[in-house]
Amino acid sequence: MDLKTEHTEGVAVLFIREDRLDANNSEELKAELHRLFEGGTKDLVIDLKEIHFIDSSGLGVLVSGYKNASILHGTLKLSNLQSQVKSMFELTRLHRVFDIFTSVDDALQSYR
Amino acid sequence: MKNDIDIDIRVPSHTRSLRMIGRIGEKVARDIDCPEVIRESLPGLLAIVLTEGVVNAIKHANSADPEGDIHVRINVSNKDLVVRIYDNGVGFDLEAVPTPSLTSNGLEEKGRGIYIIRSLMDTVKYIRSDGGNVLEMRKKLA
Repeated sequence: MDLKTEHTEGVAVLFIREDRLDANNSEELKAELHRLFEGGTKDLVIDLKEIHFIDSSGLGVLVSGYKNASILHGTLKLSNLQSQVKSMFELTRLHRVFDIFTSVDDALQSYR
Repeated sequence: MKNDIDIDIRVPSHTRSLRMIGRIGEKVARDIDCPEVIRESLPGLLAIVLTEGVVNAIKHANSADPEGDIHVRINVSNKDLVVRIYDNGVGFDLEAVPTPSLTSNGLEEKGRGIYIIRSLMDTVKYIRSDGGNVLEMRKKLA
């Protein structure tokens, strides 16, 4: 999976540079989140700008990350949801669980 | 209105096949003759139900035979769109699959696939067929 992770003001920002987050690659995201949590990260923003398709496996990894961040007393937030991804969040009511922003900057702003 | 589509697909039982299956679904959906209000959402709908159904077949049903193929059939008439996904596994009880939590209480990581299929399709059945099982999903077009 093509992933770029940056650290800004104590928050990890993950840019997923793939067009799909699905059963074929979601475990790789899970592994990266695990690596970050093990390394002391507890606040993260996942930027989904390039993701145009997400399935239940992709949703599951995001939920897993959300729960693990909570356990560490941090939060996982999301930015730049494209239309299919938004639809899937609404269908599964996950749009009421996650804090979702239209840009990485807005997500980072929410941590200040 | 005239739809008469019958597509039969076999792909390796691996998640690498998902991208192609989804693309096939989107392309088929774009050629379906039906009311605009249904047609505009069909490509996305077909892509996701195919993905969820095939993942289900790979993970739960074909795990006993990972070198096997996944068999998918898509039939479109003027009345409805039917997607059938065949597996050779031991099967599972569709009625026993719980609805996932829709709030942040008891948030599960897994279990949304069947819920998604049920939310988007009009009828969903899982039945024994020819020594295996078939997940049959139907969407009305008129």
